Amino acid sequence: MEKFIRLTGIAAPLFRANVDTDAIIPSREMKRVSKEGLGEGMFADWRYSDVANRVENPDFVLNRAPFRQAPILLAGANFGCGSSREHAVWALKDYGVRCVIAPSFGAIFQGNCVRNGILPLVLPEPEVAALVEAAGPAPLAIDLDGQTVHSADGRTLSFSIAPADREMLLEGLDAIGVTLKRLPAIAEFEGAYRTRHPWMFA
Amino acid sequence: MAKTLVEKLWSRHCVADLGDGTDLLYIDRVLLHERTGSIALKGLAEQGRAVRHPDRAFVCMDHIVDTRPGRGDETLMPGGEAFIRETRAAANAAGIRIFDIGDNRQGIVHVVSPEQGIALPGLTLVCPDSHTCTQGGLGALAWGIGSSEAAHALATQTLVVRRPRQMRVWFEGELPPGVGAKDMILHLIAAHGAGGGSGYAIEFAGSAVSALSVEARMTLCNMAVEFAAWTGLCAPDAKTIAWVEGRPFAPKGMAWAQALADWADLVTDAGAIFDKEIVVDCASIAPTITWGTSPQHALPVTGLVPDPAHAADANAAEAQRRALTYMGLEPGQALAGLPIDGAFIGSCTNSRLSDLRAAAAILKGRHVAPGVRAICVPGSGLVKAAAEAEGLHQIFLDAGFEWRESGCSMCFFAGGESFGKGERVVTSTNRNFENRQGPGTRSHLASPVTVAASAIAGRIADARALVAQPVEA
Repeated sequence: MEKFIRLTGIAAPLFRANVDTDAIIPSREMKRVSKEGLGEGMFADWRYSDVANRVENPDFVLNRAPFRQAPILLAGANFGCGSSREHAVWALKDYGVRCVIAPSFGAIFQGNCVRNGILPLVLPEPEVAALVEAAGPAPLAIDLDGQTVHSADGRTLSFSIAPADREMLLEGLDAIGVTLKRLPAIAEFEGAYRTRHPWMFA
Repeated sequence: MAKTLVEKLWSRHCVADLGDGTDLLYIDRVLLHERTGSIALKGLAEQGRAVRHPDRAFVCMDHIVDTRPGRGDETLMPGGEAFIRETRAAANAAGIRIFDIGDNRQGIVHVVSPEQGIALPGLTLVCPDSHTCTQGGLGALAWGIGSSEAAHALATQTLVVRRPRQMRVWFEGELPPGVGAKDMILHLIAAHGAGGGSGYAIEFAGSAVSALSVEARMTLCNMAVEFAAWTGLCAPDAKTIAWVEGRPFAPKGMAWAQALADWADLVTDAGAIFDKEIVVDCASIAPTITWGTSPQHALPVTGLVPDPAHAADANAAEAQRRALTYMGLEPGQALAGLPIDGAFIGSCTNSRLSDLRAAAAILKGRHVAPGVRAICVPGSGLVKAAAEAEGLHQIFLDAGFEWRESGCSMCFFAGGESFGKGERVVTSTNRNFENRQGPGTRSHLASPVTVAASAIAGRIADARALVAQPVEA
């Protein structure tokens, strides 16, 4: 998995509460059994005035300078709620988004981000609102190792993240590979579990 | 020390404490469907990794399969056939059982799994589908995950999980006639917001939950994710045990007796501590329906659409204005009486036999209003067969409903069937997001009885009048 250590880039404001994964990647944009090429369908219903012909909606933030191709999104509370579709994260990644800053995230979406090298960065709502207020051509600098966000006007915000998620992102770990190293412990647990709950294995 | 039900389930499955509030949990069952399971299986195969216990994984074809009579692998969803065929090939290669098209056990994964006795009290169960929490209604710890985590669970029979905060929601008192589990959960989400359960595992408890049927408890738990909860569940009781007994994958004989002993402890101990508790007075719940584009935009069916001028803050006002525009509504407008174009009964929320019976009791001897397209999609082939055995299909058909094969169907739009742009639909599903049921389609979430009553009226209707006055044959 691609590591996430530091990122400097423009942050695009999409400061609406409860943006669901259907909005991030509409179901009809999931055309193949693949993680690839989903960026074009990202936010399709908002981004295009004519979805079928891919005619851009000039009012949508990512179609406006300087936010086109912004690698950071400034989002509202409960971002990524709804469907579990990991395609939402694959679409963001394919488009070039590497970090979403929000007051809170849908739980499944948040986990999916971490497994795909995207940093789901939680800041209190007033701090996100202030970043939204200041959003423009000046980049934000995010340092996952130091757990800080530096804004161009010289402010530094610190954020917290679960240590396991931080490690996964910093090291670009293969989660299955890490767990498979614990296979002896899993096998030992299975043996005892079988004895405790024999009905499950009858 | 007194423990909550979730703590007990957690400790039964804890393989290792990984520190910082994270544990490696043992996973008893992995469920997959062709939409998101396909890529989990494909990913594993590409990595050259095996499925650790293929006999504890199950595939249901539900999301993309057509629900029109006479269906095959072909589907109206562009590219849909590839999802079905690739999932089938990958599951067969991995040795995983499939409930496939043509098998009368096929259906929506969260209906099929409990129906087959795959989900059971005390188990951990995951699926790359957000509504996996439905199965918490049986007293299982069941939660939705992404495709990458599904691959992890298949390869290792474990998941790395952060311990959730714990909430208990007490539903106390008696529900009025015509009010059910769907109204309870919409009422809760409206009162506390679509983010109200964020970070929590929620135990639904109280006299009204005890009084609910097991199927209705699944409806209640189904929408825990719409409350942003990690999952929801109900403690198993005598009703649960009676409901589970004899199902194909449930334990039998000696194993059944062992299971009963094992489940006796699956209750929250007196004095156990929750991070948050909410009490809901059920006598005050009315038939509840959504007006907007988030499940928190719900009101009693007798209510008036809110005015953004009175919203709590600028952000909420903007969200309400957006929702009003999308839904084609004016501030202060009455919900009841709004003309509708469509009525849909189905989905993992409300497509079980008890849902179809409740709707049929309203529809019996009545007919859908002219101009309303009404569709019923049973949750599984077995639900459909059971409904037909008691003649419910005839009631739906006589009332002017389409009677479909099982699947997720028009709960969401993937390029196939839709009600159409600007059409207003009363639906027993779980998501009223913009464009969820089709580009520009306006979805009002409600219970199956409210859908049935509205279909007959041709307008959003209060089902209580019809519940009180059944038409006798």
